Amino acid sequence: MNVLLDNLALFREGFLGTLWLTVVSALLALVLGLVIAGFRVSPVPPLRIFGTLWVNVLRNTPLTLLFLVAFFVVPKVLFPGVDSFILAVCACGFYTSSFVAEAVRSGINTVPMGQAEAARAIGMTFTQTMRIVVLPQATRTVVPPMSSIFIALTKNTAIAGAFDNVDLFNIQKTLSNDGYDIAVIFVWITLGYLIITYAINGLFRLLENRLEVAR
Amino acid sequence: MSASVLFDAPGPKARVRNLIYSVAGSIGLVALIAWVCYRLYDKGQFAGELWDIFNYAGIRQNIFDALLSTLKVFALAGVFSLAFAVVLCVARLSDHKPVRWVAVVFIDLFRSIPLLITIFALWVGILGDMTPMWALVLGLTIYNGCVQAEVLRAGVNAVPKGQVEAAYALGLRKTQVTASVLFPQAVRSMLPSIISQLVVTLKDTSLGYIILYPELLYSARLIANNTPVGGVYPTVQTVIVFGAIYIGLCLVLAWLAKFVEQRGRRSKAGIVPTAAEQPEEVAAPGDVAKPSDVSKD
Repeated sequence: MNVLLDNLALFREGFLGTLWLTVVSALLALVLGLVIAGFRVSPVPPLRIFGTLWVNVLRNTPLTLLFLVAFFVVPKVLFPGVDSFILAVCACGFYTSSFVAEAVRSGINTVPMGQAEAARAIGMTFTQTMRIVVLPQATRTVVPPMSSIFIALTKNTAIAGAFDNVDLFNIQKTLSNDGYDIAVIFVWITLGYLIITYAINGLFRLLENRLEVAR
Repeated sequence: MSASVLFDAPGPKARVRNLIYSVAGSIGLVALIAWVCYRLYDKGQFAGELWDIFNYAGIRQNIFDALLSTLKVFALAGVFSLAFAVVLCVARLSDHKPVRWVAVVFIDLFRSIPLLITIFALWVGILGDMTPMWALVLGLTIYNGCVQAEVLRAGVNAVPKGQVEAAYALGLRKTQVTASVLFPQAVRSMLPSIISQLVVTLKDTSLGYIILYPELLYSARLIANNTPVGGVYPTVQTVIVFGAIYIGLCLVLAWLAKFVEQRGRRSKAGIVPTAAEQPEEVAAPGDVAKPSDVSKD
C-alpha cells in the first residue's frame, strides 16, 4: 500500500501518460482506419492498392519493430527532433489503424447488398452511399470488435513505456530503483491498466446498447 | 457485399473523375515514396558500404542465429500455449463451479494485463530467477493460452447440441464426450483462428527485445550498433532487412490459415471453419466470446 501512497504523484503521471497516449492514438487510429477502409472499397485502383498494402504490412509487423522504426529511424532520417510522445502516438496509431480498417471493412461487408444497390438506384454517388446508407449500418457491427481493438491498444501502449515514454510501465523503472518490492509495484501498475481497459469495455457496452435496434 | 456493389459501372463523367483520382492518388503515392527515398538518399543511407555489411559471413551467421532463437521461442510458446489452452478450456467448461471460476478469473485477468508486463514481471523475478528465454516463453504461454482457450471454447460451443446428447445416450462418459466428440470438431472448425493467433504469438516474440533476449529484433539493434561503417550506424538497413524477415514469416503463417480455411470449406465433413482473420486482437476483459460471435459465416 505504501508504494502507491508514497508515490502518488508518480503513479498519477504514469496513469495519465498511458491514458493520454491511448486516447490520442485511438483517435488517430480511428480516423486513419476509416480513411484506409474507404480506400479499400473505393473505385480508384491506386488507393485500393495503397489500402491493401497498408493493412497487410502493418498487421504483419510486430509493434516493437514499429517502435524501433519510430524511435531510431524516423528522427534520424525523416523528421529530426520530434517529441517522443508524438512518435509513440504514430507507432501505436498506425499499427492499430490497420486493425480498425479491417474491422470497418468487414462491417461494410455485412450490410446487405440490396441496400447499396437501392442507394445507387436512386442516384447516390459512392460518397453518399457510404455516408448516408452503408456506414451508419456498418457502425453497429463494427462496435464490438472495435472495443477489443482499443483494449488491445491500451495494452500495447506499455511497449511505448519500454522506449522511454512516460507511462505506467515506464514508472516501474524509477520505483524499482527506489528499492520498492517489485511484485507490489507490478500489482499497482496492473491495476492501473485494468482500470483503463474495463472503462473502455464499459463505454463500448453502453454504446452497443444505445445503438442496438430491434431487427 | 463486394466492393463493386458500392458503385456503378462508371459512365463517361465518372470515368474521367476516377482517372483524375487515380492519377492524383498515384502521384501522391509516388511523391510520398520518392520523398522518403530522397531523404534516405540525402542522409547517405543508400551508400553501398552500408548495405555491404549483409555480405559479411559473421553478420549472416548472426541473422541466422537470431532467426533460430525467434523460431525456438515461437515453437516452444506455440506448443505450450496450445497445451495450456486445452487445460484451461476443459477447466472453463468443467461441471464443478470452483474450477470453472478459477479458470474464468485466470483467463480474464491475463487477457487484460499487457503481455509486456507479464513477461517483464517474470523476467525481473516475480517467480524466482528466470532466463530471458523462459520468461518470454512462459509469458507468451500464459497470454496466448488464455486467448486460445477462449477460441477453443467458442469451437466447443459451436458443436451442435444433438451430438453431445447422442454421445451421452450411447453411454459415453464426460471425458470421452469431450475428447472424442467435442474437441476434434472444435479444433477442426477453429483451426484458422488458432493459426491466426499463432501469428500474433510470432509477432509478440519480438517483445524479447525489451527483456534483452537475443531474438531477431534485439540482434537487429546489436548489429546496427556494433557495425558502424565510416561513422554511420546502419540502423535503417538492418530495420529494413529484419522487417522483411518478420513480415515474410507472418505472411507465410497467415497464408497457411487462409489455406486451411479454404480447404475446410471445400470438404464435405460439414464442419465449417471460421474466417481466418477473426481473433487477431482478442482482448476484452469480461468479454466472453459467444459462439455466435465466432461461428457467423
